[in-house]
Amino acid sequence: MGRRVAIVGTGQTYHKSHRPDVTSKEMIYEAVTAALADAELTIRDIDAVVIGNMDHFESINYVDAYSVEGSGAFMKPIMKVTTGGTTGTTVAIAAYYHVASGLFDRVMAIGFEKNSESDTTGAIITCSDAIWDRFSYSGAIPSLATEATAYMEKYGATQEDAALIGERDRNHALNNPYAHLQKPLTVADIMGSPMLAYPIKLGDICPRSDGACACIMAADGIAQKLTRRPAWFKAVSVRHTYTWFGDSTDYNKGLVSMQRASKEAYTQAGIRNPVEELDVAELYLPYTWAGLKWIEDIGFCGPGEAARFVGDRNTHMGGKLPINPSGGVISTNCIGATALLRVAEAAIQIMGKGGKRQVPDVKNALATGFGGCFWSDVVILSSERPA
Amino acid sequence: MPKDNAPIERLETTFTYPMPYEWSIGLYGSRFFQEIKKNRRFIGIKCDGCKKVYVPPRRVCGPCFKELTELVPLSDTGVITAFSVVNYPFIDPNTGKQRPIPYTYGYIQLDGADNIFSHIINEMDLSKIKVGMKVRAVFKDKKDMKGNTQDIKYFEIIGED
Repeated sequence: MGRRVAIVGTGQTYHKSHRPDVTSKEMIYEAVTAALADAELTIRDIDAVVIGNMDHFESINYVDAYSVEGSGAFMKPIMKVTTGGTTGTTVAIAAYYHVASGLFDRVMAIGFEKNSESDTTGAIITCSDAIWDRFSYSGAIPSLATEATAYMEKYGATQEDAALIGERDRNHALNNPYAHLQKPLTVADIMGSPMLAYPIKLGDICPRSDGACACIMAADGIAQKLTRRPAWFKAVSVRHTYTWFGDSTDYNKGLVSMQRASKEAYTQAGIRNPVEELDVAELYLPYTWAGLKWIEDIGFCGPGEAARFVGDRNTHMGGKLPINPSGGVISTNCIGATALLRVAEAAIQIMGKGGKRQVPDVKNALATGFGGCFWSDVVILSSERPA
Repeated sequence: MPKDNAPIERLETTFTYPMPYEWSIGLYGSRFFQEIKKNRRFIGIKCDGCKKVYVPPRRVCGPCFKELTELVPLSDTGVITAFSVVNYPFIDPNTGKQRPIPYTYGYIQLDGADNIFSHIINEMDLSKIKVGMKVRAVFKDKKDMKGNTQDIKYFEIIGED
């Protein structure tokens, strides 16, 4: 059994499609100083740093050392951990492991991406298997689109059902000053947007953003002294499979990694009925259909029931279980930071720092990461120190 | 040289040169392409632990973490489990040029295999393609084959499931 650990501060940049005013390390510095200010700490208080982005997307090697003046990790224990889209949850979970181990008291997790500095679709194509997949693969959009066609065929969900997810998240983003896309989008707007890869239209998919995020984890006994309301780790779960699409996708079974990761996390957290026991969920939903299919895999509703569950506004602000108060990935996507922003938002909601997007009285918050070839991470945070 | 830090134009630098790589296909992957060239059909490999048949064949079953040896000949047909019609322009890192669009990206369950094979399908009309349709591989002429996935030109629809 590890030590209890809580998030005591979060920081993020304002997100844009292009930040020509700063280098990546300067952008990281902005998130790190914001997190330190939020936790009322200085860089001297940080014992170790875990950092990650999309491996080689911006053609930067060993980002741990590259970023050292931005992260503040000069001559400190710093590790780079990178796992594709799940990088953000991975750095959070690795920082949690550091503190839970008892070897470090205050550890910072950092995720970042400057998508404007590379060809994101070209870089994502190089994530696919060079021998078997790269010839036919064309980036994130069509591999997600295939999942959507299989889901629609199986359950009869419509493109309008999916578009409601985009409308919801883009509306939620209007309450988040840090969100990249701050223009509301309706179901009709999404239906009328250009078809990129059937059935995904421009309004169904996440943007490419520049941005960084940092979270500070502290050990039991220290966390309570740093903040009135720490966000305690109640569960973490990592389920990664293959990098080959043919092996990682079984559409008869659904998103198996999410099913297994969430089941494991609920067991750790003692949660039997997630919709009743969770107060908010901040999910890595890179495209609209994910907001239907994956909430079935995560157990918020039964298979094929998501269109109605979402249609009844259970997941809008004020609903039974609000999803993505931040505006989610469909509004902001700086890939290496994207999953860490989910964890940060879950912490913000527990700490009561959500401002206009605050869900009232959050006790339990769930965050997910999604990556590469249909992998999933789940983190559950709580206002209650675990027993 | 001014001493103040007044705003100035921010500069950028670019890199646009090709960077070559060379990847081993491995024993079983090589067999897969040689079987296509010789017999115009696919070959899989069966795990004697979980009984799953993998295509393309590989050395180890991930879930069982067992070494695989039992090659299984398959046909040239399968079923569409999912697809998408790619409609947006992008630079193909394989060539450095824009890949021709539109084209249909498909996940195909080859008959006799338990996992899925990704390739392209030569049907872009959404009214003529559906999940569950039967497809058949169309191969290149033997003399044009190079031992890679493009030895399969595409899959063509041969009827409803």
